[in-house]
Amino acid sequence: MFNVDEQIAGLREPALRAYRAMVMARTFESKISALYKAGKIMGGVFLGRGHEAIAASEGVFLQRGRDVYTPFIREQAGRCAWGYPVLESARAYFGSALGRMKGRDGNVHWGFPEEGNPAPISHLGSGIAVVAGCMLAKRMKGETGCVGVACYGDGTTSTGAFHEAANLIAVEKLPVIIVVSNNRFAYSTPNEHEFACASLLDRGKGYGIATHECNGTNLLETLAVMKAAIGNARRGKGPQWVLANTLRMCGHGEHDDASYIPAALKAHFPDPLEVARSQMLEQGWMTESEIEELAGACAREVQTAVAQAQKEPGPDPYGEWCATSWNPCY
Amino acid sequence: MSVTYIDGIHAALGELLHDDPDVFIYGQDIGKFGGAFKATKGFKELYPDRVLDAPISEDAMVGLGIGAALEGKKPIIEMQFADFGTIGLNQFGNNAGAHFFRTGIPLNITLRMPCGGTPGGGPFHSQCLETLFAHYPGVHVLTPATVADAYVMMKDAVAIPDPVVFMEHKFLYRWLKADTFRDENPLPPGKARIARQGKHATLVAYSAMVPEALRAADELFAKSGYDVEVVDLRSVKPIDSDTVIASVARTGRLLVVSEDFPWGGAAAEVVARVVAEGFHLLDAPPMRLTAKDTPIPSHPTLWKAHRPTMESITAAIRHLLSL
Repeated sequence: MFNVDEQIAGLREPALRAYRAMVMARTFESKISALYKAGKIMGGVFLGRGHEAIAASEGVFLQRGRDVYTPFIREQAGRCAWGYPVLESARAYFGSALGRMKGRDGNVHWGFPEEGNPAPISHLGSGIAVVAGCMLAKRMKGETGCVGVACYGDGTTSTGAFHEAANLIAVEKLPVIIVVSNNRFAYSTPNEHEFACASLLDRGKGYGIATHECNGTNLLETLAVMKAAIGNARRGKGPQWVLANTLRMCGHGEHDDASYIPAALKAHFPDPLEVARSQMLEQGWMTESEIEELAGACAREVQTAVAQAQKEPGPDPYGEWCATSWNPCY
Repeated sequence: MSVTYIDGIHAALGELLHDDPDVFIYGQDIGKFGGAFKATKGFKELYPDRVLDAPISEDAMVGLGIGAALEGKKPIIEMQFADFGTIGLNQFGNNAGAHFFRTGIPLNITLRMPCGGTPGGGPFHSQCLETLFAHYPGVHVLTPATVADAYVMMKDAVAIPDPVVFMEHKFLYRWLKADTFRDENPLPPGKARIARQGKHATLVAYSAMVPEALRAADELFAKSGYDVEVVDLRSVKPIDSDTVIASVARTGRLLVVSEDFPWGGAAAEVVARVVAEGFHLLDAPPMRLTAKDTPIPSHPTLWKAHRPTMESITAAIRHLLSL
């Protein structure tokens, strides 16, 4: 039994951080999209429009250095909430030699593996077992109270890698939260061609994992659900499964105009940024002028980060080309 | 008292578990059951938290190894058969193999792959596949051919801080015997070994083809007086081209033998290197002898005809020497 008002009051602090991460992510991604369309970015650009409330709600309840987090293609807001400045994202897009991947990988394929943030590869679902391995190792080392969050979409739940890893996590009872963001389309493929179960919650239940569901466009609801799920895993209640429902408000990448998303569906899903803004005002946690101020601050930080990343040196093609750390000379 | 190839692997695994608390073994049926080939027999009782049974999920097993390595562990992942390693190939090649280049952080993960043919093994319990894994950048592939190497290279695999595939040949497990698996002066990993000195031709082999090659060389010497040098590659990645080319410089002729499929294989890689770097040393076209370009048949008669044997190697060298 919990008091709804008390529960909401307890969300004030994470909500403030989550909302800031959402605004920062949206501002950054709008800028990156514009630069991509202006031909300033090579390779793909992948946005998390429509996913900001989900991603931010993952990041705010995690702690760098203790937990493990694998944000991926739609998790810019999660990277912000986890604590990475947008400069790191900009460096990945521009291939800066000062970025974590040093131009050897780019766009959303970056991470700081040395601090619980594995660098994802493109093969969907492959990162979930990596989180499992991190958590198994932490258990061997006697680390308690830590959790791992693995984030994937509806399409990923169809892969063998996803199934194998989810099952393994359940068998080993690892403190992993699998977040399935159902944004209705895997690239252009709608849910009805992706899975035949009534709900993606059924899959979690099939593995024997505790399941939760939330409206991923509603920040407060998503925060409450994510807090409960992450808290459960932290307290030793085993793996958790969060199904967060939303609609992707952009193409798979910025090369894709998303013309396959029906207008009726778009009308059905509100913009999570708008919902969150109203909630901040309704709760009295921010004023109109504070929201204006936040927008300005995010715009300035994004502008500075993007300018800096573009000025930084690119990778040196005449530098070392070694794929292994051990290189015998015979 | 004699020991076998798998005794060497078992002893090395036991010492690794004993000496390094970061080492753990993860695989199907490896706990109380001791593994399909008993390579981990008795370890679960000694190290209950570091010898763990896995579900039948090769992709997730390798992925778990990657995560554990990120946390400083040294996972040894056992594939029940190398053939099933293909399910873990994405994690091993794309995820583990790319990791050091992408991030500067090496992943100390060892993939044990019981490989190669045994009579009746059939198409999906007999494959070698070292070339398939070696194709990916960022990994090393060790292919021991002796009891001593089975022991020392199992330890090397874990000492090397990168992803390593350890190809352990099932036919050699209990067939190959020696007085001891201890070698006073083991070669470093990646260094090829002159298994038999000779002067008329260089015969390069690895894994279970080394004993076949040695028998072929002895047969030729006994029957015809030809003295063939046998080079045991010991690892197909890295390939010790220097030792091979130095041998070809002495003999002028090259035959490379592999139990793997022919296309783009380790044998082709050796031939390509010798031709590119030592063409002037060759007195005859270099040859290779591999398994046939078909799936591996089940019936023992067909199986023997599919892979190189002492007889087919002997015939190939006779042909090479006639050129």
